[in-house]
This record gives sequence, structure tokens and C-alpha cells, in this order.
Amino acid sequence: MMPPILMATRRADEPAPLLSVHDLKVHFFMDEGVVKAVDGISFDVFPGQVFGIVGESGCGKSVAMKALLRIVEPPGRVVSGEILLRRTDTIVDLARLDPAGREMRSIRGGEIALIPQEPMAAFSPVHSVGNQIIEAITLHQAVGQRAAREIAVRLSRDVGIPAPEQRLDYYSWQLSGGLRQRAIIAMALSCNPRLLIADEPTTAVDVTTQAQVLRLLRQLQADRHTAIIFITHDLGVIAQMADHVMVMYLGLVMEQGPVDNIFHAAKHPYTQALLRSIPSIQSTPRISLPTISGSIPHPFNRPRGCPFHPRCPHFMPGTCDRQTPALRPVADGHLVSCFLYDQEAERT
Amino acid sequence: MTESLRVAQPLLQVKNLRKHFPIQKGFRRRVIGYVRAVDDVSLFINEGETLGLVGESGCGKTTAARCVLRAYSPTSGEMLFQTAGGEVVDLARLSRQQLRPLRPQIQMIFQDPYGSLNPRMPIFDIVGEPLLVNGMKDRSTRVERVTELLKLVGLRPEYMQRFPHAFSGGQRQRIGIARALALNPRLVVADEPVSALDVSVQAQILNLLLDLQRELHLTYLFIAHNLSVVQHICDRVAVMYVGKIAEIATAQELYDTPRHPYTAALMAAVPVPDPRHRAGDVELKGEVPSPANPPSGCYFHPRCPHAVDLCRTQTPALQEISPGHFVSCHRADELKLRGVI
Amino acid sequence: MAGDLRAEEPAVSAVSPPTSEAEERVSLASNWKLVWWRFRKHRLAMASCAVLIVFYAVVLFPDFFGTQDPEATAASQAFIPVQHVAFFDGLRWRPSVPAVAGKRNPVTLRMEWTVDETQRIPVQFFARGFRYTVLGIFETDIHLLGTRDGGQNRVFLLGTDRLGRDQWSRLMRGTRTSMTVGLIAVTLSVILGAVMGGVSGYFGGWADLAIQRIVELLQSLPTIPIWLAMTAALPQDWPPQKVFFAITIILALIGWTTLARELRGRFLSLREEDFILAAELAGCSRARIIMRHMLPAVTSHIIATSTLAIPVLIVSETSLSYLGLGIRPPAISWGVLLQEAQNIQTVANAPWLLIPGLFVIIAVLAFNLVGDGLRDAADPYGH
Repeated sequence: MMPPILMATRRADEPAPLLSVHDLKVHFFMDEGVVKAVDGISFDVFPGQVFGIVGESGCGKSVAMKALLRIVEPPGRVVSGEILLRRTDTIVDLARLDPAGREMRSIRGGEIALIPQEPMAAFSPVHSVGNQIIEAITLHQAVGQRAAREIAVRLSRDVGIPAPEQRLDYYSWQLSGGLRQRAIIAMALSCNPRLLIADEPTTAVDVTTQAQVLRLLRQLQADRHTAIIFITHDLGVIAQMADHVMVMYLGLVMEQGPVDNIFHAAKHPYTQALLRSIPSIQSTPRISLPTISGSIPHPFNRPRGCPFHPRCPHFMPGTCDRQTPALRPVADGHLVSCFLYDQEAERT
Repeated sequence: MTESLRVAQPLLQVKNLRKHFPIQKGFRRRVIGYVRAVDDVSLFINEGETLGLVGESGCGKTTAARCVLRAYSPTSGEMLFQTAGGEVVDLARLSRQQLRPLRPQIQMIFQDPYGSLNPRMPIFDIVGEPLLVNGMKDRSTRVERVTELLKLVGLRPEYMQRFPHAFSGGQRQRIGIARALALNPRLVVADEPVSALDVSVQAQILNLLLDLQRELHLTYLFIAHNLSVVQHICDRVAVMYVGKIAEIATAQELYDTPRHPYTAALMAAVPVPDPRHRAGDVELKGEVPSPANPPSGCYFHPRCPHAVDLCRTQTPALQEISPGHFVSCHRADELKLRGVI
Repeated sequence: MAGDLRAEEPAVSAVSPPTSEAEERVSLASNWKLVWWRFRKHRLAMASCAVLIVFYAVVLFPDFFGTQDPEATAASQAFIPVQHVAFFDGLRWRPSVPAVAGKRNPVTLRMEWTVDETQRIPVQFFARGFRYTVLGIFETDIHLLGTRDGGQNRVFLLGTDRLGRDQWSRLMRGTRTSMTVGLIAVTLSVILGAVMGGVSGYFGGWADLAIQRIVELLQSLPTIPIWLAMTAALPQDWPPQKVFFAITIILALIGWTTLARELRGRFLSLREEDFILAAELAGCSRARIIMRHMLPAVTSHIIATSTLAIPVLIVSETSLSYLGLGIRPPAISWGVLLQEAQNIQTVANAPWLLIPGLFVIIAVLAFNLVGDGLRDAADPYGH
């Protein structure tokens, strides 16, 4: 059942993917029309991998994440595609599960856990942080209250919360932003998930705290061999965190590949332009930055064909505005959806 | 060079600026303490340059800027502004009435491109309002000027009857810039002008700001938390920490040889968009303290890897360590800190 | 496979991209247009709007809708039940009502009315009947519905009360009174609430403190006893019109607090908006900031809130009048009409006297639905 392109790029000695998404489509049925927030994306996440999804507003990265957890709110709906989660003996298609059913609920927070963007909103203000972590543990594991508290204390120590025995009895609003973020990570880890989804986990915190949180996630990932899907709009963060990067634009995958390829051998005009347009500390100051012309179209107004074509410097009339390019391999594990490389592939 | 610049009167000279917000409690609103949002800040901006004001949330950079704009009245301190007529006034001491004729000379670009434009007004009214209330009553001259302004910021003047909801974030930011420029300001305070925009649009706005500065000889006070953006656009940079200035220097010097440990740590914490340069182990412990309850001595000492006993007891003063380079650190002379350039 | 599949499809976009014309329309749409477009989507609110338009048509021309003089009594025609209008006779358009025949019950000595379907009284639209003045300007005798014979036979669309007065015509007059009380009281409380809330929210300081304490005081008083006390204090010998205005003012004096609270909150949050600061930096005067920037931002909310306040005031008036403390006969309001249905015997014998209650319910529901729709549509910039 493996899609051929992905199969082709996989070596035989590689392990099987933990999560395999095929042609996932999430559409929002609004009064004004249908918004194709995610319109056919495919990717594999391997055990122990940090899979970065990067994109600007409206690219569908957050909706895709919600679809994986089956928490897309109406009027949004997963209209097609497969979300295959590999378990020890079986493969389960999350797209076919009842979002509110028992199995999905046990997977959510159990096998797949979420680190949300806003830790303040993720904790209830009327229960202590410890109680909420303990509740999460007892929900997914057959342990008693006391054992659960011990696990919670150990986890809190692991994520670097000082004096966890006392801190667990605090309420979320009594903790600082950084500690709150650590507490939410502890809660996400409480059931030993095999996949962590981090949705912009550091956008709400300061630069110095961000550095701490990123380092913590890196370290936890190395210790526990947990796979992480890391969603962000910050190219710096993605370069620091990810092993493999997927670049999205208006609901479609533009390019995906190993992090070094994306940052040093980007193929897609969008990725290239995006990387050139960010000012870097190393770049020459006070000169005009190369820009991407225009702005991101409104989701109701998605251009025909390749969604990037109106802003693309390599726009080929008659091709890019007619058809949507397929995702094709250009290097080992590196896929691009752009007609520039279709022709290249044909020539060779 | 710096010496000669400082002989001339700077466009704006801020001396010992303080802004304390009272913390009130109870029915009678008794004052039980103060949030020292801006606590003894001194800096100057020369005409035609860009001064960056950087720091993490709660460092007081926005409060300081709003004091300069007199959106807040400072608790104490001086803000000497050189007016177009060449006369020097203390903005801190002016009343609302006295301030009004000076308003056109100091304008602002906002962070939020959505909240800063009145959604119920068409673009012509938004950009033309400063003109109207400052005496340009004739509609056709206003149309002319607005047309000119919209062209200047790269928008099509035909769109001036449209409402803000018809524009994207980047376009709205351009409208905000056109409004700020309507009255030919001498000083433009830009409060995080690109941080709410998409990455692909940020560069457009940064380029626009640079072009406008060259064309109109503008002076910017540029507030940001993104150090790469600041490095790109600023001549000099002031780093703030918990209401105080930690360090001021030219951008080149600051990024090359930072003298304050906080500056160095802040720069090291910026994620570099290059997977081949992954951050090492140097990282700052703890978090930014609350300005309502700052630590003793140097506010940075609980997080500082170089802190000594002196730092715990004495607050360091801002001193000029080399021409144009000001640092408030007891150990500025002895520390060898790493820059990023 | 995903990629291959997509490549076969000619185009991804199923949403037909809006034509530039539609886009142009949205771009140039003012706040009020956007509010209207959003409001239009609420079907229930739109239907309720139609209901309210009918109600207010009645408010403007009650006697045109009425079939006969609502004051005219006829002891011999008491408690006549509802007459149903039949519009067709077979397939022919011939509106008529069945005749009723009264017979006194020898045991109870009560008139008992039976419908005589065989005998039909022809009726017509725009018939001539009793004379009345329209809006106090000119006199006419045209009515929406009436008998063909110019008023010799009477039509009782909703039956008659114990004095033989036509309930339908009385209901039309009552609608005028009750709906007007609601409207005027709301207008007064909006003015009061907007001024107090605006001052409180924009200027803050001691004015805010004082106004908020007054609002708290008024809100903490139980309303029913206060109304009772105030209306009971009205002199008994006041003419009905004076009582009417007094009641309206009493309702408004107590009703402004909620709106003031809400407006204060809006002004407080508006004061922090960037575009207000921008206006200040542009050099706008306080008056201009309030008139050009703050008030337009709250008007749609004011309208929504006041629409939701009208039914409360209508119900208040109705209950006061029902208790005999509000508008008093001979003036007619919904409350006064319902007074007729106060004892269980009347209700058992003449259930149609409860129909004014149905009107109260419909009006209240319609106002609430329209108000909800307006509230949802009031801020088109939410997303």
C-alpha cells in the first residue's frame, strides 16, 4: 500500500514508518464556499525522527496536525486519505476511526501526544498542574493515584522543573511561561507516546526561553527515541530542530527532504525564495533583501495549478497555471513538486 | 566618528526616563507597589539614523517607545526633542495642548496590521485623517497627497476607496506606514513592524522601510525582539533588560563584540536558519524576572554565568566603555564574550 | 500515488475563484453593508424581521387593520367566539364569515353563540367602516377587512370580550401602545446608557467610579417592587396618555444600566486599540476620536443590545398593566387586554381572550431572534 514515489525513495534497510499519511485532504465547508485547507498531502514519519513542517499562515500545517489527532472542528472534515499508524503488530488507519470513539481517545494522548502552542490555554486554571498530569496518566495507564504521582514527579524532574514535588501542586497561572511549557511537555510525555506533535511550541515564549525548550525537546527525543512532528513558521527553529523538513504552501506540499538538503540544496522556488528573504545575523546589513512578490492569496482564492505560480520567478505560462505538479524525487529522500524538475527528469 | 556625531544635538535625547505603573489593590485602590516598566533609561538618536531597541517581553521597550510618543506620561526623566524649527523641547513636560503641534513630527508604525487601522474607514480616510485634522481641509489636495503617499509605499492609489478588510497583512502594514508618513515626520517609532507578518512578506516591508529612510531622510526608533531583523536595519542598537539599558553600541560592534553577558546570551539564543550550525550547550538558565519584583543588584545576576558578589548587591551604571559603546556591567572590562559575526 | 493522482486532475481548485467583480464589491463594502450581508444569512432573524415589520405596520395604522371601533360596547354581543374567514366559496373568490346566532341558556342565563355555517356574511378587503384619523393627519374609513354592508353586520376575527367589544380591533390598538412603550423606553435608555457608559468608559477616573456605583445600586434593587412602588405613586386621576409616558420613563430609568455597563466595557477596550492611539498621534481632538472612531465602532452593538432590551420592556409593561399598575383602561395595551383573562372562569368560557398573550410571545420571540442575529452580525471583522 506504499505510494510508489515514497517506496522508490526508501532503502531496503530503512525501518518501517511509524506514521504514514497518504493523500490527506481536509476541507472546510463554509457558507462562502469550500476551503481546501489541506489538499492531498503525503508523508512518512519514522521512529525517532524529528519531522519538521514549515509554512506560512494558511499553508495548512496546523490543520494537518489537527487531522492527525482527529480534532478538526466543523465545518472542517477529513474528506479523504489515510493516516496509518503502525502499532507493534497491526496498522490502524486513524482517518477511519470515530473521532470521539474509544480507540481514537486512547491513541490521542496515549500513542500520539500534543504539545500545544498556548500552554496557558492547555491547562485548566481550577485544577493544580499535578492533578492534571496525574489524571492524564491514570486515563491511559493502569496505575493507582500514588504511582501516578510518582511518575508525574519523575517526568517533571526530567523536563527540568525545579522542586517538582512542590511545583506539582501549583496552578498553571502560578507558573512562569517557561515552566508552564515544561509542565505541558511533561504531561505530553506522561504516557510514553511514540509520536509527539509540537504545534509552534515556542511562539508564545521569549528567545532565551525558546532556546531552553528546544534544547529540552532535542534531549528528550534523543533519550526516549520519540518521533516528533514539529510545526513552526520559523525557519531558524526548524533548522535547529528537524531531521527531515516538509515545506507547505496553501494546503499542498512544495518540497520535502532531509534538513540539510532543504537549507543548502533547496529545489522549489518557494523554498529558495523563503530562505533568501529572511534577514540573517550573518547577512550584509542595510541592503535590500530579495523578496517574494505579492502576498499569500486568500484560501477561497487559491490559484489554479501550482498555488505558488502567481508569485513564482520561474512561472511557466500554460504549464504552472494549468496543472498541479506532482511530488517527484530529485535526490535521495528529497521530493519536490515543481514542473521545473519534471522537465529535468524527462531530459535525463 | 561617534564623537563628532555627539557634538551636534541629537534629534532625540532621553535622559533618566522612568515609567512606573502603580499596582493597586482593594476597594480604595491603595497602591501597594510599582511595576518599574522603564527604570532609568538614557539614550539618544541622531538625525537620519536607526536606533534599534531590543529585548524580551516585559523588558520595557514598548513602554519606553510609548513614552517617547507621549501615549504614556513618563514618571520622571527628560526627553529632549529637536523640533523642525531647531528648537529643543522636553516632550516629558508638555501638556496635551502643547503637544498637539508637535505630534506631526513624531509618528508611529504599529505591530498589528489589523488593530491599527479603523475597519470602518476607507483607506482614503485613514491615510488622509492626519492631513485633515492638521489643516488640509480641501478634499482634492488631500486626494492628491494620499495618492502620492500610497504610491510611495507601493500601493495602487485606485484602491483608496477600499476598506482595510480588502487588504492582506503586508498591504495593511503599508497603509499604516503611509499614514505615519502623511505629515512628514522627523522621527518614526516602529514598534515591531514586521513581527506579525508572514516570513515572505517581512522582507518586503523591511526593504520599504530602508528605501523610505533613504528617500525621505527619516529617523527610526525600531523596536523588535528579532535580533536578525534589528541587525539588518539598524545603525545602532540598544539592548534592554527588565526596564534598564544593558548595552548600546553600533550594530556592527554589538554583534561583533558584545560586552554585556545578556547581549551575548540573547544573540546565542537566536535560532540560526542553518542546520549545519546547531546551537551548542551555552544557554541561559531561568527566565526574565518580573519588573514588579526585580532582583537585587544587577537585574541580570541570577541568570548570569559570570556573576560575582558585587553583582548581587550593586546595580551597575551605564558607562561608556569605548567611544559610543555603553554597557551596564561591573565586569564589562574583563569579560571576553563571543559575538555572532 | 498521491502526487500521480493529482497530476491527472486538470485543476485542484474546486472553489470557483470569486470573480473580480465580487471581490470589488466586498472591498468597497462599508461596515453597514458587511453587517447586513452577515445578518441576511440568519434565516430565523430575517423571518422575525418580517414579523416585526408587520407589527410596526400595525403600530402605525392600528385602526386600518382593525375592523371596528375598539371602544364600542354592545352588551348583547358579549363573548362571541372567534369567526373564521373563508376566502373561497367553492373555487370562487368570495371571502365571507359565518353568521353567529345567540341563544340565552335558560339555566345559566348566559348567551351561548352557535356558528351558523349556512348563513354567510360577505366580507371584502379595503372595506368601508368606522371613521378614524391616520397618524393624526387625515380621516378615512377604509379598513383592511370589513363587511360589504359598511358595518351593519360585524366581523369578530378574535371574538368579543365581556362588554361585546371586538377583540381583534382592541388588539390592534393594544399592539400600538405596547410596542410604542417598548420603543420609546428603549430609546430613552439607550440615550441614557450611551451617555453614562461612554463617559464612564472614555474618561474613567471618579466619573467612572460614581457611575458604576449608581449602576450597581440600580441593578441590586429588585425591579418588580420598585416598579410597583413607582407606578403606584402615579396619581390616579392622570389621563391615560400621561400615565403612558410616566410608565415609559419609569421603565427607561431602570433599564439603562445594562447598556451602560456594556458600553463602558466596549469603550474601555476600544481605548486600548491601536487605531485609537493612531488617531491620537495624528492629532485628532477628543471629540473627533469619540465621534469618528469610537461611536461608529459601538453603534451596531448598541442596536443589537437595544433590540434585545425591547422585549424585556414590553414584558415589563405587560406585567405591570396586567397587575393593574401600568397602563389603565380605557387605554388599551396588551397587559390591559390580558387583564380581561384574569379569572379562570372567563378563560374556561372564552379562551380566545388569551390570544393577546400569543401576540406578546410572538413579539418577544421576534425581537430576541432579530437581536441575536444582529449581535452575531454586529462585528463583521471578528475573523
